[in-house]
Amino acid sequence: MKLEMKDSPGQLVSVIQPISDIGGNILSVIHERDPEAGRDLLDVQIMCEIPEGSLDTLLSEYRIQGVNVLRVGEERFLVRRSVILIGHLIHTNISDTIDKIDSTGYAEVHELSMVMPAINEPSSAKITIKSDCLKDINRALAILRDVARVKGFLIIEPLEGN
Amino acid sequence: MRIAIIGFGSVGRGVAEVITAKDTGLTVTAIADSKSGIIDHSGLDIGAILKNKKSTGMCGTPEITVSDIISSDAYDVLVEVSPTNAETGEPALGYIREALAGGKHVVTSNKGPVSLKFEELHALAAENNVMLRYEATVCGAIPLMHTIEHGIAGNKISRLYGVFNGTCNYILTRMAEEGLTYKQALLEARELGYAEADPTYDVKGIDAAIKLVILANAVWGMKKSLADVDIIGIDDVTSAAIALAEREDQTIRLIGEIDPANEILRVSPTIIPKSHPLVVRDTLNAVTIETDLAGEITLIGKGAGSSETASAIIADLLFIRDCYDRRD
Repeated sequence: MKLEMKDSPGQLVSVIQPISDIGGNILSVIHERDPEAGRDLLDVQIMCEIPEGSLDTLLSEYRIQGVNVLRVGEERFLVRRSVILIGHLIHTNISDTIDKIDSTGYAEVHELSMVMPAINEPSSAKITIKSDCLKDINRALAILRDVARVKGFLIIEPLEGN
Repeated sequence: MRIAIIGFGSVGRGVAEVITAKDTGLTVTAIADSKSGIIDHSGLDIGAILKNKKSTGMCGTPEITVSDIISSDAYDVLVEVSPTNAETGEPALGYIREALAGGKHVVTSNKGPVSLKFEELHALAAENNVMLRYEATVCGAIPLMHTIEHGIAGNKISRLYGVFNGTCNYILTRMAEEGLTYKQALLEARELGYAEADPTYDVKGIDAAIKLVILANAVWGMKKSLADVDIIGIDDVTSAAIALAEREDQTIRLIGEIDPANEILRVSPTIIPKSHPLVVRDTLNAVTIETDLAGEITLIGKGAGSSETASAIIADLLFIRDCYDRRD
């Protein structure tokens, strides 16, 4: 989104703080001072990930603070899907498993928590994949299912809604 | 209406006891177990037979066989509750065929014949203008078939999914709540009589899959068999995996699912939010039916047990009585 704000100390924090307050994550900030404009306003472009449905909250917060939102770019929904894997995950090369998803270009492994109870016992891992559309998440999951079949581990998926 | 009971284990005895205890207008005129049989056209003394069964292991005399009973005219409805054989359906399949062909209604709790020969048996029943009812084959006491056939008649059912096996649900509940390992929870289930000495049929998801086959054929006429179901059991599920799910207020349950539009027919351990109505405790079963008019309907109840299975069988018997008997 592109914002316009007063060029005075502390102002950048005031546009960034509301994003973190709603649990968002800032991907990039472009901060430009245009000397030609000759005004005490500053343009800022922010790219961020925010929880689904929280955009209105963020925009009204900016209104209260007197930050002028010039343009809200394309709102892309970020989809996350967590599955649980059980099996010999390390011995079947976990980094290769992750790479199979990351190398797609449309989905990536975002989080991995693993429990390894004992040597030679199967490990359990929760793996979260993210992508910006449901179709790509499903493509990535299909790849993961194939990998699970080849490497012989169990994949437990969430119950699908409607 | 006169009833012949084939199979006098816990389910058969439960049915006989309920018929004796309640004023249902039903009369038991014949009973057979694996070793013996007894017929009395005017109605049997159930109390005496139960005593005899307890002391001798037989309900009647070895001279009277199941075939004698089925070919007799002593009954109107055959209650077929002998042990299930999932591979061949026999000998129950033969009994059911013979009764239907002879113009007798059949009520069964036997998953074998119903899952293997659904189409054939239904055609045979229709040909002979009699009913084949099997409420007790799916989810014990839950009136799932009655709900689908009558309660939500006129609805289009788009998807059906749920917890179809109480043994697995008990094991997963205990693993989740007490952090037990799969082996510990299975041992506990055995001690409590929730799991068989050979638990394969339950924990490998086969029992749940057979119920899905029955539902797929009954609800959608899908002509499916056990081989068409993608089956994953719970025997590889770790307590660590359940703990990982629980961190986000989710858990793992064995879910059976039929979704014809997406060609899904499967049983598998599934991550499910703990707040979901299908997350039931211990040996309970639960099924969600997705419909076009009624929205989602979830039924929860006991999936096994003597009086619970008898409940489903009695309901089928009374349904047949209301449809047919009063017309005569």
